[in-house]
Amino acid sequence: MHLMYFTEQPMSAYPEEAGRDFGATALMFSNRHFDPVAGSRLYNEYLEHYRLAEEVGFDGIMLNEHHNAPFCMQAKCNVFASILAATTRRVKLVLLGNPLPLADNPVRLAEELAMIDMVSRGRLVSGFVRGGGQEQLATGANPAYNRERFEEAHDLIVKAWTQPGPFRWEGPHYQHRVVNPWALPLQKPHPRVWIPGVLSKETIVWAARKRYPYIALSTEIEATKKIWELYDRVAQETGYAGGPEYRGYLQRCHVAETDEKAMENARQFMWMQGEFTGLAHPVWSSPSGYFSPSYRTAFVEYAVGRRSNPRGASFEDQIDNQQIVAGTPKTVIPKLRRLLEETRPSIMGFWASDGFVSSEDTRTCIRLLGQEVLPALRDIGKELGLWSPFEANAPTSIAFPDPARPAGAVA
Amino acid sequence: MTATTVAWESEIVHVAGIALHLARAGRGAPLLVLHHDIGSPERLPFYDALARHFTVLLPSHPGYDRSARADWLRSVRDVAVVYQALLAGREATREPGRVAVLGLGFGGWIAAEMATMAPRALSRLVLVGAMGIRPERGEIVDQALLSYIDYVRRGFADQATFDAIFGAEPLTPTLEQWDLNREMTFRIAWKPYMYSATLPYLLGSVATPALVVWGRDDRIVPLECGERYAKALGQARLEVVEGAGHFVEMERPDALAALVTGFLTPA
Repeated sequence: MHLMYFTEQPMSAYPEEAGRDFGATALMFSNRHFDPVAGSRLYNEYLEHYRLAEEVGFDGIMLNEHHNAPFCMQAKCNVFASILAATTRRVKLVLLGNPLPLADNPVRLAEELAMIDMVSRGRLVSGFVRGGGQEQLATGANPAYNRERFEEAHDLIVKAWTQPGPFRWEGPHYQHRVVNPWALPLQKPHPRVWIPGVLSKETIVWAARKRYPYIALSTEIEATKKIWELYDRVAQETGYAGGPEYRGYLQRCHVAETDEKAMENARQFMWMQGEFTGLAHPVWSSPSGYFSPSYRTAFVEYAVGRRSNPRGASFEDQIDNQQIVAGTPKTVIPKLRRLLEETRPSIMGFWASDGFVSSEDTRTCIRLLGQEVLPALRDIGKELGLWSPFEANAPTSIAFPDPARPAGAVA
Repeated sequence: MTATTVAWESEIVHVAGIALHLARAGRGAPLLVLHHDIGSPERLPFYDALARHFTVLLPSHPGYDRSARADWLRSVRDVAVVYQALLAGREATREPGRVAVLGLGFGGWIAAEMATMAPRALSRLVLVGAMGIRPERGEIVDQALLSYIDYVRRGFADQATFDAIFGAEPLTPTLEQWDLNREMTFRIAWKPYMYSATLPYLLGSVATPALVVWGRDDRIVPLECGERYAKALGQARLEVVEGAGHFVEMERPDALAALVTGFLTPA
């Protein structure tokens, strides 16, 4: 198994009432409510948490980014990945990921990622995402070309990593006279690419065709199983067998010394969900052209308030269906076993706390996860044969059958 | 002739490889009518009123309503070229100086682009609440930040008229069509949003007599844009219609039809 620590890096230090009064806390919620003094403190606390996660035995640190939203302070995952490349020693730096359509120059992303890979001595996993709906508005990226830009930027980055330059790139969305970045990744054929997602079938199909692991972001168990049915079917059509090494899952999981304390803190996951899917403006989160055409009816009805949020559910429901798991290590391990047995992922992200959970409680959570939960999950993983892409020496992709390894390393 | 007797025909016309839906009615000089960014109801009293005086050609823009999408289309000027080709391909509209073009809102931007392409090709130009020029004060309202219903409602001075045309709660198929049309608008007018930086300069060479009409209460495109259009075009006058917002043709169809007919019919 590959076990990762994750936080959304919540910016909880803003007046909650202001958000409720405005009715949304993303995109247009004024950044006059941003407090850089609290921001500075929080960034440094989050860095401490990442270092603690490495210390207590996590295999990876999962990073992401969002724009114009208090629910995630991280506006550029490559910045934190760069810091962690130099200040950690062992953990994989798993970016899930860089939102490709927002980039006007994917070659620059290829360079930044190569630098992170070299500084970290080959610990980069470079995930790519489409970016949330409101991110398109926050950055001026045309939502109608989101998927086309995602696919083209991906192709350009992989080519920049794997084919000697200089070459010219003339695509529908990106044109480059000279692609010849001096910095190249340490890992060959190129750093592993994992693709996270929630809803869009198109992304699952695309990842499966590329033979990239897909990371399901906190979906319900039944929905997660459907994702793997689809992935495995496409894998078979593509000529390989799907399985645990292609399956990742991000689990909201808060652990504390007592069940009561854990449950109280776990309610803070709703803070983020309030921000992201509850208080997010339905129009901004689903601009025309961004979402899958097969969900058009659902999204237009959601946008005018005729349908509840397709991603929203109450805290109690999410505890029941295990989208949120909370308790002492003893309480959570059997629940996580059920998840592993039923959906068989080999990559697990632990979204450990959120909202106003104190730094101290977050540290306790990370420590308990590392000391008690991760060892138990590793045993379960062995028992169930959940070998991660690293353990299974899985191919880097359909195009590059060799497993990614740092250049110069002995196989 | 009364409103009920106007007979509309429709056909599919292939232009630049795009299957365009074209509705047609009336007799007399040809008048090309270009609809808004939200698309258009198939029938409107305003269209019927025009058809009593002119041969009205009412296409759906590529990718809007009943016309097929062209994936390669990238700009409003591309649409203007498609319409030039549409006119050039028809016997009745081929001859330069024959056709008048009337553009509503976003369609007004397309019409203005057409006029700049061939300064003497059109007989007359009518722009109603046209997008295409960036206001110096204020902004053109950005539909990307508004729900489908809120955006359209904002274009009405009197909400009762919106209710009468679309229903107080427009049905889901209407919303889906608005979404498809909005997506197409994003494909060709996302950035800069709803204007061309070069259009104001190009308008100066247009020799076509023009009428610029604005709803007094247009809350989508500021009246200032109408003033700028009237100034930038060589021969143009501005008429402001009271009691109308952006969708003048739906709120004051008779007043607008009278203005247009008066302007297009030689005294």
